[in-house]
Amino acid sequence: MSNSRILEISVGIFVAMGIAALLVLAVNVSNVNSFSTGNHYNITANFDNVSGLKERSAVSIAGVTVGRVTSIFVDPISYEAVVEMKIDARFNDVPVDSSVGIYTAGLLGEKYVGIEPGGAPDVLEEGSVIRLTQSSIVLEKLISQFLFSQSDKKGD
Amino acid sequence: MFDWFAQIGKSAIDFFARLGGEVLLFLQTVKAFTVIIFRPALIVQQLFSIGVRSMLIIIVSGFFVGMVLGLQGYNTLIDFGAEESLGVMVALSLVRELGPVVTALLYAGRAGSALTAEIGLMKATEQLSGLEMMAVNPVERILAPRLFAGIISMPLLAAMFSAVGVFGGYLVGVDLLGVDTGAYWSQMQARVDFDQDIIQGVIKSVVFGVVTTWIAVYEGYTCLPTSEGVSRSTTRTVVYSALAVLGLDFLLTALML
Repeated sequence: MSNSRILEISVGIFVAMGIAALLVLAVNVSNVNSFSTGNHYNITANFDNVSGLKERSAVSIAGVTVGRVTSIFVDPISYEAVVEMKIDARFNDVPVDSSVGIYTAGLLGEKYVGIEPGGAPDVLEEGSVIRLTQSSIVLEKLISQFLFSQSDKKGD
Repeated sequence: MFDWFAQIGKSAIDFFARLGGEVLLFLQTVKAFTVIIFRPALIVQQLFSIGVRSMLIIIVSGFFVGMVLGLQGYNTLIDFGAEESLGVMVALSLVRELGPVVTALLYAGRAGSALTAEIGLMKATEQLSGLEMMAVNPVERILAPRLFAGIISMPLLAAMFSAVGVFGGYLVGVDLLGVDTGAYWSQMQARVDFDQDIIQGVIKSVVFGVVTTWIAVYEGYTCLPTSEGVSRSTTRTVVYSALAVLGLDFLLTALML
């Protein structure tokens, strides 16, 4: 085998290994195809409080991730938080009267949006707004409520 | 009496002359990239000496860096009962920071110094002037293929470093210390984002590839044509590359975060 042939083969192996490593990073480490591509539709929901929810948080039905939060902003008139989500087009028959809530995965885990399917015959589609919402639970508020109720009891 | 005044002026002019010369030579070299189409064999040769020969050191050090991250991360995370997040920690630190940066430092030491010494020796033995005598443009023949091969090699090497490092962390975390296999991979996949994290790492490694290779090539091309000059330029290559990589890393992270 000639010298330049060996050279070319080893360079070929080098480039192939580099691209393979990039593919491993893309597919195995970052799971590139999770909702970043493919069909989806956008819905919005208004919450009183979304503390802890971030862009790219998961949207799930029965614990299965079906979409992602795309943006969060404050409505300048009602001062409610408006959460925009994109839902995978495979889940295209979610009833319109479904309710959404913001929950925490585990005690200290990430916040996510959970959809509880309703029973209406109409389904959510591009641009739908979900009316029934349950805000994020703010732990500090709960603790202060608990402490105040305790001190009230002692005062009696 | 006004010697010091003239001295300031001289060093300022020298500085701008060097900066201007560097930019002009860089533009010439980039313009000479057309050599890729006409002489692909030159690129293959440089890919071999820059990329293939750096592969072993990159893979071995990536593996050890991943294993150390696994050990250190486990010992810290276990205190919070969060050892399942080990995969996320290892993958994010490798893909975003350590992969591009450590690869660039190793690359500057392994390939950059060799490039400078090679080109510097060519200059010292008057091979570069010989090329010019034969009406061969040394920028096209010597600099452009090396710069191009460096720009291609760096991202590929950095990707190998990160991928091998993730497996090194897996080996220590899962096989040795007993983190759950499923948690290691699934948390990693859930938290590491392709657009944000992986692409950011690739952008960094491309920038580092341009900078380190360019410093090496320029130092070699402009070195004093003596044995001492070559030795000085080689040292400067490694020092400047390391400083440039670390400084640029901060800048790029601040820009992209």
